[in-house]
Amino acid sequence: MKYAWPWELSRSGVLNMNRRNISYIGRYNQRKFYKRVDDKLITKQLALANGIAVPDLIGVVHEQHKIQDIPAMVLDRSGFVIKPAKGSGGKGIMVITKVSNGCYYKANGHEVSHNEIYRHVSNILSGLFSLGGKPDVAIVEGLIEFDPVFEGLSYEGVPDIRLIVFKGFPVMGMLRLSTAASDGKANLHQGAVGVGLDIATGNSLHAVQFDLPSHKHPDTHFPLSDIKVPHWETLLHTASSAYEMCELGYLGTDMVLDKNKGPLLLELNARPGLTIQIANGRGLLPRLKHVEAMKSSAMSVEERVAYAKKHFCSNPIF
Amino acid sequence: MHSRKPFYIFVALLFIVGISTSIYRGLVHNVPFLPGEQVQSWAIDAKVSFTGTNQPAEVNFSLPSDPAFDILVENASSPGYGLSISADAKDRRAVWSIRDASGPQALYYRVTLVPTGKLNIETDIEPVTPEPYLWPATEKSAAEQVIEEVWTRSATNLSFAQQLMNLINDNNQSQNMALLLSANTSTNLFLHMLHSKGVPARVVNGLQLEDQRRRQQLTTYVQVYNDGEWVLFDVANNKQGRDNTLVLWEYSGHSVLDVMGGTNSLVNFSMLQDTRSALATSIDMMMNDDAFDFSLYQLPLEEQSTFKGILLIPIGVLVVVFLRVIVGIKTSGTFMPVLIALAFIQTTLLTGLIGFLLIVAFGLMIRSYLSTLNLLLISRISAVIIVVIFIIGLFTLISFKLGLSEGLTITFFPMIILAWTIERMSILWEEEGPKKVFVSGGGSLFVATLAYLAMDNELVQYWVFNFLGIHLVILALVLVMGQYTGYRLTELKRFKPLVGEQ
Repeated sequence: MKYAWPWELSRSGVLNMNRRNISYIGRYNQRKFYKRVDDKLITKQLALANGIAVPDLIGVVHEQHKIQDIPAMVLDRSGFVIKPAKGSGGKGIMVITKVSNGCYYKANGHEVSHNEIYRHVSNILSGLFSLGGKPDVAIVEGLIEFDPVFEGLSYEGVPDIRLIVFKGFPVMGMLRLSTAASDGKANLHQGAVGVGLDIATGNSLHAVQFDLPSHKHPDTHFPLSDIKVPHWETLLHTASSAYEMCELGYLGTDMVLDKNKGPLLLELNARPGLTIQIANGRGLLPRLKHVEAMKSSAMSVEERVAYAKKHFCSNPIF
Repeated sequence: MHSRKPFYIFVALLFIVGISTSIYRGLVHNVPFLPGEQVQSWAIDAKVSFTGTNQPAEVNFSLPSDPAFDILVENASSPGYGLSISADAKDRRAVWSIRDASGPQALYYRVTLVPTGKLNIETDIEPVTPEPYLWPATEKSAAEQVIEEVWTRSATNLSFAQQLMNLINDNNQSQNMALLLSANTSTNLFLHMLHSKGVPARVVNGLQLEDQRRRQQLTTYVQVYNDGEWVLFDVANNKQGRDNTLVLWEYSGHSVLDVMGGTNSLVNFSMLQDTRSALATSIDMMMNDDAFDFSLYQLPLEEQSTFKGILLIPIGVLVVVFLRVIVGIKTSGTFMPVLIALAFIQTTLLTGLIGFLLIVAFGLMIRSYLSTLNLLLISRISAVIIVVIFIIGLFTLISFKLGLSEGLTITFFPMIILAWTIERMSILWEEEGPKKVFVSGGGSLFVATLAYLAMDNELVQYWVFNFLGIHLVILALVLVMGQYTGYRLTELKRFKPLVGEQ
């Protein structure tokens, strides 16, 4: 049968969209704090103020006529990323992995003309990618030189680590690997591979692509069952401390591992998706309820991370 | 976490108020629950004629106020006469007056009656016991004998009256009865016998309705009081009770027609049966009542038809909320499908779908050229809007030349929405490929089609306009769905891999 019964899902503790919106996002995320995550520029500034490492900020384009300044900004860079400050769902992110002789190339080797960059930034400024079409600014960021530990694991793009943080506790994690299908992007709905991670160790538990179980990376054929994410402790700490930074109870943190700088916070998400459950092969609800049921004594980041490692560990289900 | 109780009480209240105002409207204002319902109505002309005697004349004519019929329209015509209609609801009368009447005079009163089905004439007031009738000496003993005989065989006023009527109409009459009937009309005899035993009874004037009859007279009937109700007896025809083809023209015990200053007065009736829309009839009745009313019927017709369209939007919105929250279908633009569905209502479904696809396809082609020009977003969309207008103009012209009148309705599409749709789809095409465009565009069209089917339903259109309480029910449903934390239908498939793996 292709369909599950609702009570079967409920027994497995699967969090659904409506419940996420009403019982978690609606209840724990205060409207006034949304701009801290919806505007990536504000997120970046907050992170810097809180001592959380983020990718380099090369520049910000606020106005149409400043678009011409981009080539000058990226002059001595090997690559860069242009993203809308208020974009959502990974929309409007342009990744240039190679700059040579004033020509820009995407990860798949396609050349990107100046015209295309101009138009892309112009679209960003007009609010094409922002929620509700509000005028936006374009952020130009340094390219992440990704940690060679993931060499051969990801196709074209940088693997990123998504952690769901509930009331400051990291409750579930996954590694997102870009594929040929996802055009170097780490969005699962576009075809990236999601690998569920054990909160205690950072080891892979389960992997899916297009919501179907997967054992090998479709392009690099790297086995997904024995991944161990390095800097796991730092990643958990960064994610957990993002709670103090943005004060949102239900939060998705996206981080990457840089070769030189270690874990960097890419962005925060006040409405993280639910596919992480499929990648982990288990529902989110029992862990959320566990945290909700806890006596609310203020715990430090270290205590929260230790608590999460102890209570939210799981066994691989490959 | 604050209590949800006030919310649920509020929703329940909305639901109850919505349903009960709709039922109230149906039962009290007689707005039919189904469209196209017909009712019978009767147009009755009363012609009062008399001969003037060269002196001031005053004609006092009773008007019907029968609970079994509602008055839809009434008017009186009488050139040269002064007219006043008394407002007393129980005993309405028209008074015509003239300073000098000579020769034959004719006064007209016309009324349109709608049967209500309320055939009983009830009263809270206990009628006074009538004075016993004084029988002439020749009839006295015969009458008393008959009355006593029947009285002993009866239990109530009603059964007494029934027995009396049967006896009067009996073919094998006793000598006593034959004697009485030779001196009295059966109706009068009946009335007198009832009065002799102190049973409240009165003579009333009724008009038997029959289609296309002319020069009819009022017939006299007797009403007998029994237990809070006046029961009608048609002694001449040995019938008790009444049907909805009998109008009680005068039943308060007064005369039907009084003429002062004239002779040979007479009233004649002619009548015509008519079939008319139940809805139009009840709207006319509401207008007559001048009651405080939330109806939109008071608006000019043009605004009414605008509202007929606007009031469909909640239905479309309800469909969208259901498909997104309960089913989980993705659409491009939350309420864009509702707007497309509104356009479909004007164009009909097939023409609408073809027109939509044509415009979007052509728009995407033009847009792909525009995207090479590196325009600013705002001017690009503006250009798309203008191009969409060109495309619509072109298709309208082509379909006109080809004689396809359906094609002309393409102008009903909301152009700015279409331009945004084209822009969004074009971006989607560039970012995620054509497949996503078909999925999201197809989802939107699917939802739009379902919304259209719901909104185009004759019954739905009828209900949302004539029973405004429905909108409160829709509001309640939308609020309840906003609280739905269960799984969406599409999630049952999406999360299937998670079942039983823990």
